[in-house]
Amino acid sequence: MSNQVIDLSTTLGNAWFPAPIFTASGCASSGKELSQFFDLREIGAVVTKSVMNKARHGRPTPRMAETPSGMLNSIGLQGPGIDHFLANDVPWLLERGAKVIVSIAGETTDEYAMLARKVRAVPGISALEVNISCPNVENRGMVFACERESSARAIDGVRKIIGGEIPIIAKLTPDVTDITSIASAVVDAGADGLALINTVLGMVINLDTMKPHLGGKTGGLSGPAIRPVAVRAIYQVHSAMPDVPILGMGGVSSGRDALELILAGASGVSVGTASFGDPTAIPRIQRELAALLLARGFSSIKDAVGYAHRDEGM
Amino acid sequence: MSTINKSATQINATILSNKRVGAYHQILLAIGDLASVCKPGNFVAISVGGDSSRMVLRRAFAISRITHGSASGGAMELIVAPHGSGSRWLCEQSEGSEIDIVAPLGKPFGIPTQPVNALLVGGGYGSAPLFGLAEVLKARGCRVDMLLGASTGSKIYAPLEGKRSASTLKIYTEDGSMGESGRVTAPIRDLLAQGAVDVIYSCGPMSMLRAISELTEGTDVVHQCAVEESMACGIGICMTCVLPVKNDDDSISMLRSCIDGPVMDGSTVAWDVVGKVPPAVHS
Repeated sequence: MSNQVIDLSTTLGNAWFPAPIFTASGCASSGKELSQFFDLREIGAVVTKSVMNKARHGRPTPRMAETPSGMLNSIGLQGPGIDHFLANDVPWLLERGAKVIVSIAGETTDEYAMLARKVRAVPGISALEVNISCPNVENRGMVFACERESSARAIDGVRKIIGGEIPIIAKLTPDVTDITSIASAVVDAGADGLALINTVLGMVINLDTMKPHLGGKTGGLSGPAIRPVAVRAIYQVHSAMPDVPILGMGGVSSGRDALELILAGASGVSVGTASFGDPTAIPRIQRELAALLLARGFSSIKDAVGYAHRDEGM
Repeated sequence: MSTINKSATQINATILSNKRVGAYHQILLAIGDLASVCKPGNFVAISVGGDSSRMVLRRAFAISRITHGSASGGAMELIVAPHGSGSRWLCEQSEGSEIDIVAPLGKPFGIPTQPVNALLVGGGYGSAPLFGLAEVLKARGCRVDMLLGASTGSKIYAPLEGKRSASTLKIYTEDGSMGESGRVTAPIRDLLAQGAVDVIYSCGPMSMLRAISELTEGTDVVHQCAVEESMACGIGICMTCVLPVKNDDDSISMLRSCIDGPVMDGSTVAWDVVGKVPPAVHS
C-alpha cells in the first residue's frame, strides 16, 4: 500500500486544480495571512473573500459568536472594492503560484455583470465564484439565491460577460425549501458549477443584554454543526444533476469530513471555519484525505466523487 | 495598515506551571526560541477543549511576560481569569500537558528609544500585559508608574507583582475593598496637568481606554492602548475583530485588532463609532 500513489488533482468545469482542498470564500481574506503557515501552492486554490464593486465597511461589531461546534458571523462583506482587490490581491497570489478563484457579490444584477467584466479582464484567474447567497447583507430579502428567478437573473448577467473562458460557480444557500430547484435554475442560466453550501442563517441572544448578540442581529452559522446540512444538500443536488461539478463546503475540519462531502458528490472541498481554529487545517485535511482514499482503494479523487450514489436507481 | 503577523508560529507548548493566584491562574508555557520574537503587547491564540471539543475557536490571551534562557529555553507567562468555558479548560490543564498555540500575534507596544515617564494603566484582567511591559521599560531607563483598577479587590491581579515591576503602584477599586475607592482613571487628569507623564500604556475595558483617550486629547501625551475585541481566528482571516480607526484624511477604516492591534494609538481610534458602522466609504 505504501508505494501506491494517488491522483489528488481535480477539476471544476474546465478549470484544473492540483489538489482537492480549497479555502472558503470569506474565511481566508485574500490568502496572505495563511501563506505564513503553509505554501499556498500545496492546496487546490485560494477562494478569495467575496468582493463587491465598492469598498465597504461591513456590519457593526460584535461580528461573531461561538456556538456549539460552530460559530455565527456577521461581517457584511467588508472589503476593499473590486478595483483595489484586482490590482493588489490577485497579482500577489498569482505571483506566488497560487490558483485563484475570485468570489464576487453584488446588490443588483448589474453589479454582478460589472464585477464579472472586471474579473474577465485579469488573466490568470482559475474560476469565478458568484456568491448570490451572502446572508449578511442589510436586507436579506435581496438574497438572490432564495428564489429561482433572481438566482437565474444574476447568473445570466454574468454568463453574458463570461463566455466559457473560466467556469462560473454559483454559491447557494441551504436556507431554501428545495435547493435542487435553485441549483437547476442557475445551471440553466449558465452556471458551470455550484458552491454548496453558504452559511445557515442563525441568531444568538446575549443573556446579559437580553438582546441579539451580533451587531447585525442575525449571522451565518458555520462549523461542524452544519456539516450534515452540507452533505445533504450536496447529495441531493448531485443526485439531480450528476454532471454538474460541485465545490462542497460546510463544517469540514478533517479528512474524513472532506471525504464525506466528496462521496456525496463534491469534486473539491472548501475549508473555512476550521482555519480559524487551526491555521494549518487545509494542508492537514488534504493529507488525511489522501490516506483515507488510499485505504479505501481509490487511486484518484475523481473516482470517489459521488461514490455514495453508486447503487441508486438500480 | 499591516497585512500579516510576520513572526506568528503554531507550536505545541508544554505547560511548565499552572498556579492559582487569587481569582486568576498564572500559567507558564515552554515556547523555546519563539520567546525571542515575543514582545510586550503581543498575544497568543490557544486551542481549547481537546480534540473532540465543541469549542471550535481559539482563545486569545495577552502575553503577560516572556522569560529567556531557563533550562527549557524561553517561557511565556499568561494571567488567565477562568470566566468562560475556554479559559476554564485552560486553567484546568496540569503541568506537563501540551497545548496548541499560535504566537506571537498582533502589534506590540511601542518602546521609546529614550527614557521617558511612562504611566501604565490596567483595568481588571487587562492588566496582564503591563507587568512584562514595565520590566522592559524599566530596563530602558524609563520611570514606570502603574495604576491598576477593578470593580473589587479580588479582581486585582497580584498587587505584589505590580509593585515589583513598577516604580510606583496605586490600586483603585470601585467598591473600595482594596486601595483607593473610585475608578482607575480618576488620578490621570492631575498627573497630566503636572506634566508627570510622557506616554500612557493602557489595557482593559473599552470604556476605560476611551476615557483615557479623552483625557489625553489635545495633549502631547502619547496613549498606546491594547484593545479588546472578540475575535475568531487571531491571524487576520475572519474579519470579526475590527475597530474603526481614523485615517489621515479623517475617513475611517475598519481595521483588524488582531493585525493592526491590539495596541493602537488611542488618538486614532474613532471611539464614538465602536459598535457602529462608519459613514460609507468614498473612493
